[in-house]
Amino acid sequence: MANIPQRIIHEYLRHDKKFPHVWCAGCSNGIVLGAIIRAIASLNLDRDDIVMVSGIGCSSRMPVYVDFNTLHTLHGRSIAYATGVKLHKPNLKVIVITGDGDCTAIGGNHLIHAARRNIDLKVILINNNIYGMTGGQCSPTTPHEAIATTAPYGNIEPDFNVCNLAIGAGASFVARTTAFHVLEMQGIMKDALEHPGFSLIEVVSACPVIFGRLNKKGGAPQMMKDFRDNSIPLAAVDKLPPEKVEGKIIRGILRREIRPEYCAQYASLVERVKVKEADNG
Amino acid sequence: MLKKNTKKAEPKKTTKPKATKNETKLDELQSTRERKNVLMQGNEAVAYGALDAGVNFFAGYPITPSTEVAEILSAELPKRGGVFVQMEDEIASICAITGASLAGAKSLTATSGPGFSLMQEGIGFAKITETPCVVVNVQRMGPSTGMPTSPAQGDIMQAKWGSHGDSPSIVLYPDSVKESYELTIRAVNLAEKYRTCVILLLDEVIGHMREAVRLPDMANVRVINRIKPTVPPHWYKHYDENQKYLSPLASYGEGYRFHVTGLTHDSHGFPTNKSSEASEMMERLRKKIDYNIRDLVQIESHQMEDAKIAIFTAGITARAAKAAIAMARAEGIKVGLLRPLTIWPFPDDAVRKMLRNVETVIVPELNQGQLIHEIQRLTKDKSDGNLIPIQRVNGQLITPNDILRKIKEVS
Amino acid sequence: MAKSYEIRLSGSGGQGLILAGIILARAAVIEKRRVTQTQSYGPESRGGYSRADVIISDDEIYFPEATNFNCLLALTQEACDVYLYDLRDTGILIIDTTFVKNLALAAENTYELPFTDIAQEKLGSPITTNILSLAFMVQITGIVKPESLKQSIAESVKPAFVELNHKAMELGFELAKNYKK
Ligand SMILES: Cc1ncc(C[n+]2csc(CCOP(=O)(O)OP(=O)(O)O)c2C)c(N)n1
Ligand code: SF4
Ligand SMILES: [Mg+2]
Repeated sequence: MANIPQRIIHEYLRHDKKFPHVWCAGCSNGIVLGAIIRAIASLNLDRDDIVMVSGIGCSSRMPVYVDFNTLHTLHGRSIAYATGVKLHKPNLKVIVITGDGDCTAIGGNHLIHAARRNIDLKVILINNNIYGMTGGQCSPTTPHEAIATTAPYGNIEPDFNVCNLAIGAGASFVARTTAFHVLEMQGIMKDALEHPGFSLIEVVSACPVIFGRLNKKGGAPQMMKDFRDNSIPLAAVDKLPPEKVEGKIIRGILRREIRPEYCAQYASLVERVKVKEADNG
Repeated sequence: MLKKNTKKAEPKKTTKPKATKNETKLDELQSTRERKNVLMQGNEAVAYGALDAGVNFFAGYPITPSTEVAEILSAELPKRGGVFVQMEDEIASICAITGASLAGAKSLTATSGPGFSLMQEGIGFAKITETPCVVVNVQRMGPSTGMPTSPAQGDIMQAKWGSHGDSPSIVLYPDSVKESYELTIRAVNLAEKYRTCVILLLDEVIGHMREAVRLPDMANVRVINRIKPTVPPHWYKHYDENQKYLSPLASYGEGYRFHVTGLTHDSHGFPTNKSSEASEMMERLRKKIDYNIRDLVQIESHQMEDAKIAIFTAGITARAAKAAIAMARAEGIKVGLLRPLTIWPFPDDAVRKMLRNVETVIVPELNQGQLIHEIQRLTKDKSDGNLIPIQRVNGQLITPNDILRKIKEVS
Repeated sequence: MAKSYEIRLSGSGGQGLILAGIILARAAVIEKRRVTQTQSYGPESRGGYSRADVIISDDEIYFPEATNFNCLLALTQEACDVYLYDLRDTGILIIDTTFVKNLALAAENTYELPFTDIAQEKLGSPITTNILSLAFMVQITGIVKPESLKQSIAESVKPAFVELNHKAMELGFELAKNYKK
């Protein structure tokens, strides 16, 4: 998997008219895009069967660049649109690209209910801790005391632990990784694509141009180094003393369980009803 | 394996000749119901109209006075292999039916005022992306929570302008249980044909009223399906130009791999900032309605031949008007009714023509003045004194006597 | 003028008046007559006001709400007070004296019985007051045939409740036949 050549990515991009892309130099969004494509390629999925749905935000601009069935929707609503696509054609692989604001502020309600239903959507949440597209306002994952254009004196609110939120709501596959850990990210995405149920992958990402500048993070390379140094794999958590875990980004698959998937549940309901109807004459 | 993955896929289902036919008659099998004369509620008629039109996807959120539509479809759709899903709110509902439509479903949702307000952004998305779907709004008294079980006709303008930005609308308005069935089918047909979000406005009283109706046999139901592309994927344009602005629509999963965005887009569906492409897109949305106005407009003219007084109104208020007209005619007063079944686009030409020989126009409506502004616009030749409003917003209907009194006043 | 008959069934939420209206309307459909049935009720499903209108006609029915009743059934004092004024001079008033204690107007054709008490006593529960009083009304007015009402009840209530409601219906017919003004 690791040695799939770079040009694979190019084979999955739309070449006419869609470039240059809108992302800033140093933005993590492209890294995530690369990992998704390599995961898809490694599974040999038919691109006709992939639907990529997104909301509104820098991260949500991703679908336009890729040669899949693509749907760029409204701010916060990607999961709701994806639910419609998936329920009508359950054979399609539906991937949702969303930002921290898109998914946990305006779209929080759709997130928790899709997780509760366990509908087979692959939600990739690119968490850059800020509203990137609109220029740096506070999001539900902006850290306490961090600076945002709407929190010029520091954010007084606590931030969401997105993965715990998804687990609490019933998601059957939940994982966290960072933009630095590309191979891990790719592996997790592959696992998620094969998991039959609602999957949420939080990718802790860098928005060096807005979040980085506002909070003096020292540019994209430094932010990447921070992800490397300030995160620990889940497997190591138990072996470390609590003070070494405190404040760190925990990476890995945090929840993986098999429970009834929504479209499958619906299909069996239809079977049940049809049998009953046939019996009634 | 990798090769297979990267080649341009052939269209799968789209090449079947059957799928390209855009008008089909569903066979009797699809409906197991006996078409007897039965007592039926307006909301029930909407649900059966949706099924007969081929709706196979419903997403909604419960709200009085529209809930019966959801309840019936939750029982009926699974029997037919269709999808019913109760979403977390009305925003999710409009989004889900739009997503399903892009995957090829015929989709519909039903709601009332508060939910209709929540859906507005999604309605605009369906319009700009030219995605077929139907929103049924069983109007209740507002603003806000208002009087959930009381009638009002307050959403007439919202149905036209509710979503931000310019976007021409198709809005239908029945006045009986039978017509609720018929216009639901028409709404689904027009959505498919014109690739847009069509709105069906019902009055609370129509939604909850029961009347004796006999639904037509399925053989007599005219069902329109969207035109599917016949070109290979690399020729496909999601918004193909043609004279009538009626273009084929591919579905996700059929090999076309098109892009859909709520951003202003070019004819392929990709975002654009070019003003020429932006105005092309906007013109397309407008002309799609304008160029097909004769197909879209429907208006009932009742006893207008010799009328000196005309009543212009829609929905339940038109039924009060008809009763008033019968009473007035019994006393020799020449009065008639014009009732739009399509309120948007507004039937300008028809109304102008039919009101030419009329001296006075009475516009009764259950709001503080919405339809009357359209009549004002079209009757500039008449003095203000000849345009008479009757408006009520207290949860009660305008009665035949209310209208009769006005008729007598002006005759 | 075409033969058109306007009925209002009124009381409070939970008394089953809308179901009674539907049953009456369905009986008219069985007789191949034209019919509309409308209702008005408060947002709450218990208590509050509730009314069901049924118009039965041989001609097209334009306005579906009853405005000038041929018959008014009032199961509460409040409903009686509000709607009595819209009863035609020749109209029939039927009141449940369990709850209606005084009449603001003297109506020519008034029928009074403690329907709720009777239902409690003879049928074991006030739940069938709606069918009991509806059957009484049908017998008095002759607006639909007793058999049509019987069939309509069978088509409108859950199978388990058909028998009880038919019993209430028969009692309603009896009370009407034996009613002495
Ligand atoms: C209904 C609505 N409200 C507000 C906006 C403005 N808006 C666009 S993107 C955005 C925030 C995006 O933040 P996030 O989801 O974190 O994505 P990012 O840009 O950081 O990738 C907002 C508030 C909008 N487009 N629609
Ligand atoms: S603003 Fe931030 S998130 Fe948006 S493209 Fe630039 S770096 Fe990326
Ligand atoms: Mg963000």
